[in-house]
Amino acid sequence: MLKINNLHVKLEDEDKQILKGVDLEVGPGQVHAIMGPNGSGKSTLSYVLSGRDGYEVTEGTATLDGIDLLDLDPEERAAKGLFLAFQYPVEIPGVGNMTFLRTAVNAQRKARGEEELSAGEFLKVIRAKAKTLKIDADMLKRPVNVGFSGGEKKRNEILQMAMLEPKMCILDETDSGLDVDAMKLVSEGVNALRDGKRSFLVITHYQRLLDHIKPDVVHIMANGRIIKSGGPDLALEVEHNGYADILAEVA
Amino acid sequence: MDSARKQAQERLAAMGLPQRRDEYWKYTRPDLLTTDDVAPAAILNLDEAPLFDAIDRLKIVFVDGVFDADASDDLSMAGIEIALLQDAPDWADALYGTLEAAGQTPVARPLAALNSANAREGVVIRATGKAAKPVSMIYVRKSEASDVMLHHVIRVEEGADLTILENGPAAARFNSVMEVDIADKGAFHHVRAMGRDHERRAATHIFGRLGHESKFKSFTMTVNGKLTRNEVVLELTGNDAIAHIAGAAMGDGDFLHDDTVFITHDSLNCESRQVFKKVLRNGATGVFQGKILVKAGAQKTDGYQMSQSLLLDDEAQFFGKPELEIYADDVMCSHGSTTGAIDDEAMYYLRSRGVPKVDAQDMLVLAFMADAIDEIEDEAIADDIRTRLEGWLARHRG
Repeated sequence: MLKINNLHVKLEDEDKQILKGVDLEVGPGQVHAIMGPNGSGKSTLSYVLSGRDGYEVTEGTATLDGIDLLDLDPEERAAKGLFLAFQYPVEIPGVGNMTFLRTAVNAQRKARGEEELSAGEFLKVIRAKAKTLKIDADMLKRPVNVGFSGGEKKRNEILQMAMLEPKMCILDETDSGLDVDAMKLVSEGVNALRDGKRSFLVITHYQRLLDHIKPDVVHIMANGRIIKSGGPDLALEVEHNGYADILAEVA
Repeated sequence: MDSARKQAQERLAAMGLPQRRDEYWKYTRPDLLTTDDVAPAAILNLDEAPLFDAIDRLKIVFVDGVFDADASDDLSMAGIEIALLQDAPDWADALYGTLEAAGQTPVARPLAALNSANAREGVVIRATGKAAKPVSMIYVRKSEASDVMLHHVIRVEEGADLTILENGPAAARFNSVMEVDIADKGAFHHVRAMGRDHERRAATHIFGRLGHESKFKSFTMTVNGKLTRNEVVLELTGNDAIAHIAGAAMGDGDFLHDDTVFITHDSLNCESRQVFKKVLRNGATGVFQGKILVKAGAQKTDGYQMSQSLLLDDEAQFFGKPELEIYADDVMCSHGSTTGAIDDEAMYYLRSRGVPKVDAQDMLVLAFMADAIDEIEDEAIADDIRTRLEGWLARHRG
């Protein structure tokens, strides 16, 4: 599914290397988690994969089902099935949440040569999905993320994910700013999308999210590289001992 | 009316035509509006439905500035009285030029005096109740080098409610004055779309006087046009009056749009709002000169002024001059003026969800305009305006 090979990335405007050779492969239906101390490059990896401006790939590749992602515009990557749930979802005053979602869904369908959803069909689908995420009609009508609480924003990200039905989902610190109940709700939303084919890359600081979204593989990232990979136990180890031991072990 | 015209001529002679050195003509070239020779402006033909086509309205058509009875509807409707300027009844005769004259201080508006002195066409409308439907003035253009002046006189009687729509290319050079006198508890709604011929020039003026608990709402859309100077001069003379003026302008290339607004608060507990949005690219220029004057004793005034421009490239420019002059001590007045580019974060967010770049930009431009369009109370009319803006965006991509 997602294959990252020796990825080196620097900031475009600064001579600062952030990713220094990331290797990662997420197979179909798998859930991988990336943990790591602040500044290790976790969020940068998610931005580079989704096509945000400001980064320069100096070496390496990233492919989705064999397609070179790094060569594509962000909207093309999305149409190919990549989705990033933002750590800080962006507020867009003046654009209704529903309009935004319908435009996005239909733009992707169009890009893939599929028929666009009519307003009626779209409404039916979104109502059902919004309900399970406890997103009410008012939230759908309001401008995108404007005035949403932290939890509402994250639920809105998961709703977008559910509507867009991507192949590869990247969740960038989706648990940040969530209370226990909200985390449970969001995790249920994510788990509902697990169908044995769809893959997930979950970036998080805390093991507790991984209690809800059970990973197949856990990676530890530090200083721009993945320094250790293992099973779910690795996350527990981090939770108990912090990163110091692992960092020392690798060094 | 002859004496009113003579007085206007005298006002004009005393103040002279606008010059570049005049304080309120710093950013906008007045000579395009004042030269003897009128440069032609090519007539734009677009294959699309006329604006307000689906709105049930009473149509008054002017062709190159002359009333066209055949193309117009019968000028009678429940709740209002309509006449041509040349057949103005006494009340209109008495009002003609008075609000314009009052609006000449403290800032001179010579082109309005020029209009009062010379205009021969226009309509006078008196609303006595709730007008059954909007009065829609359509300015058709057939001549390449037309030089048109129109002068409308409107009186909204106590408790009456009137909506005026204006649209059409009007002229190569257009000068209009609309005097609006709103009695206590009267409501006046105004939505207009300026002509879209690329080389046309226009100077428009609205002079309004608002009585107790009255309401004035005006929205203007401007897309295209070499030069547009829209002046709105309002005096809130009655307590608890509300005045909202909004504008959405989009320019690409040889385009200058100038909103010059002067609102005088002269009574208690009144509210005024100015909401102007401009989207500019490729050398287009936007100008905003807005003033709120709160006279001594006009306590509890709530005045708000917002002017924002979105520059889509480095060649576009915007000049803003917000002014507040306040002589009362218990008032709320604020202004905000911003100039910026498309929000990169919002672009990235939309694109990461699969929305192509051009569509994402259009979405953000329309979102930027939303506050201004939201000032239109009638949803069907607002939808028409949105559709027009979307059409313009689709034609001006890349």
